[in-house]
Amino acid sequence: MITNTTARPAPKKPLSCINETSLTKEQQRELYRYLKMTRMFDEKTVMLKRQAKLTGGVFTSLGQEATAVGTAYALEPRDFIAPLIRDIGACFVKGIEPRTIFLQYLGKGSAPSRATDVQFHFADLENGFVGPISHLGDMIPVMTGVLLASRMKKENRVAVAYIGEGASSTGAFHEGVNFAAVQKLPLITVIENNGYAYSTPTRNQAACSNFVEKAVGYGIKGLTADGNDVIHCYEVMKEAVAHARGGNGAVLLEVHTYRRKGHAEHDNQAYVPDGEIAWWAEHNDPMTRYEKYLIENKVMSQAEMDETVKDLKTFLDAEADWAESQPDPTPESAAYEVFDNSIVPPAFKKEVLS
Amino acid sequence: MSTAPKSETKAVTMVEDIRQGLWEEMTADESVFVIGEDVGTYGGAFKLTEGFIDQFGVERMIDTPISEAAIVGAACGAALMGMRPVAEFQFFDFVSCGFDMLTNYAAKSRYRGCGGIPAVFRGPCGGGVRGGPFHSLNAEAFFLNTAGLKMVEPSTAYDAKGLIKAAIRDPDPVLFFEHKKLYRLPRLREELPEEDYIVEIGKARTAREGKDLSIITFGAMVLNALDAAEELEKSDGLSVEVIDLRSLAPLDKEAILETVKKTNRVMILHEASLTGGIGGELSAIIAEEAFEWLDAPVIRVASINTPVPFAPQMEDYYQPSLGEIIEAGRKLAAY
Ligand SMILES: Cc1ncc(C[n+]2csc(CCOP(=O)(O)OP(=O)(O)O)c2C)c(N)n1
Repeated sequence: MITNTTARPAPKKPLSCINETSLTKEQQRELYRYLKMTRMFDEKTVMLKRQAKLTGGVFTSLGQEATAVGTAYALEPRDFIAPLIRDIGACFVKGIEPRTIFLQYLGKGSAPSRATDVQFHFADLENGFVGPISHLGDMIPVMTGVLLASRMKKENRVAVAYIGEGASSTGAFHEGVNFAAVQKLPLITVIENNGYAYSTPTRNQAACSNFVEKAVGYGIKGLTADGNDVIHCYEVMKEAVAHARGGNGAVLLEVHTYRRKGHAEHDNQAYVPDGEIAWWAEHNDPMTRYEKYLIENKVMSQAEMDETVKDLKTFLDAEADWAESQPDPTPESAAYEVFDNSIVPPAFKKEVLS
Repeated sequence: MSTAPKSETKAVTMVEDIRQGLWEEMTADESVFVIGEDVGTYGGAFKLTEGFIDQFGVERMIDTPISEAAIVGAACGAALMGMRPVAEFQFFDFVSCGFDMLTNYAAKSRYRGCGGIPAVFRGPCGGGVRGGPFHSLNAEAFFLNTAGLKMVEPSTAYDAKGLIKAAIRDPDPVLFFEHKKLYRLPRLREELPEEDYIVEIGKARTAREGKDLSIITFGAMVLNALDAAEELEKSDGLSVEVIDLRSLAPLDKEAILETVKKTNRVMILHEASLTGGIGGELSAIIAEEAFEWLDAPVIRVASINTPVPFAPQMEDYYQPSLGEIIEAGRKLAAY
């Protein structure tokens, strides 16, 4: 639980990550790369926004990157995810290239949504990525359908619906999770409890003290993870995946984390108690914790991490530059693909009195 | 701004006027309260209710979970009990999550003898701000075919304040659409009267007098219509009348028929997609009740039949452009 106390003491010793893991050192290095890439991608988009190169809103996951990255890393390629605004890290793990999301952000003609929609509102079904819409909660029922199909086709897929604790208050959330429970579908709903939904603190969102308690009511397995410990996220998710894939039904996984930035760039977070953000930045940052773990466990040296950061910077700059150089959409492209245009023609502008 | 909107007259923007209207109603009538996501402590996503919580307290500025069905339903229940709730959708697009409550509960309550619902459902609507398919909705056509819901959409600061007050005092449910592009538009700054006033629901306004042709429109498109009228006057010597509907349900039939009889040529202009839009209803009214007054077919200029696309180039194509309105005006006059 997030406590809104300003005079919160520092942890007795600096936090790291759990020590028991089945991840190989190679995998742990890869995890580092995804985690760092997520943070640096956010920094890059914020910069592009400040340079007025982006038209839409910019939402970041600063301070909660580990939840998406750690949980998605426990999936197989055949599994499906439906991420939300703070889960770009999960997209990367699923094989979505940064350049693709840059294309989306920049509204380029070759973006997968053809610039009809924003950010990561697109789909890549081959990589197991079902693109979300803005209406919160809606993706949970959709994922139950993905799983019904998988069951009928005997594909044994697991699906993950990511959702903020705020969005767990929607009707669609309830209907979707309940349906998955009744159907014993291998749906893992990851509730990312980051303390705030826009300006609304968790205590105004639900009266239960932990969202995982809802699992009892649905009759499904409930799990909790430290959302700022990427290894813990991975290990708990692994358990969830084993449960779901083993035919035991749906799982509700609550990950505890903290949203350090405002809802979007314009939000000045005046509603956050003084010192709270600084506390999390100083004492419970997923990146710092993982770096500490990697060094302590001799998985990576500081020099190796610096090298990764350097590589990522070059990589992300190149990805963004490439995306920026792509052509803008033509105005008329707005008219296409409402329906299959081989059956119904595009919805071009109609001239009056012609 | 963290304190009360004052009643001292100074030219302020539309968002400020809605704010003032709401503030005055809450001050005058203790049964008025606000309910919605982030409306209290944060003051609303567009800061329309900033500072209200300090004046009216948490009991009358209710921050809800992300639950539009609960917001609409609770507003209905409170309204039945004699309160006057003003419910906010963070974006009007999210009305879909409260659709059942609105169309089945709110709209039918009086008819079923179960009591009127004096509630206002308000929020930012409309496109042109690169919000993409889920933050740009013009929702009026969804509700036009639901008897029992009133709908208003102001295009001036004066009307915004007068209509929010009228909506709050109305005995029936009112959807109050606020075009987000107009919220802080300097062009709409105006000084408002100091005394209390309302703008009657169901009454249109002549935004510009003319005699050669009429543009019937509402919301942000009123500005495009006025700009087109200006240009047509300058370049073609045409005198264009602009009717701002203000109320979409009920419609001001009298004003609509009057302008038809005056200019005999009509363009209907709206920002929502063409097919199934309010323009169809307006043209049917005109065809049925003023056919013999027409010198040209009624024409509709509206957005294309697609969702609202994100990219600027595409959204500009999607919406009726100024050039398109001018061209349509020329053709209509020449017909
Ligand atoms: C149905 C619906 N209502 C309102 C919104 C507007 N909205 C967008 S994000 C947000 C807050 C989300 O909070 P949470 O689910 O906790 O996710 P977080 O942003 O904290 O990751 C709101 C209210 C929406 N997108 N969908």
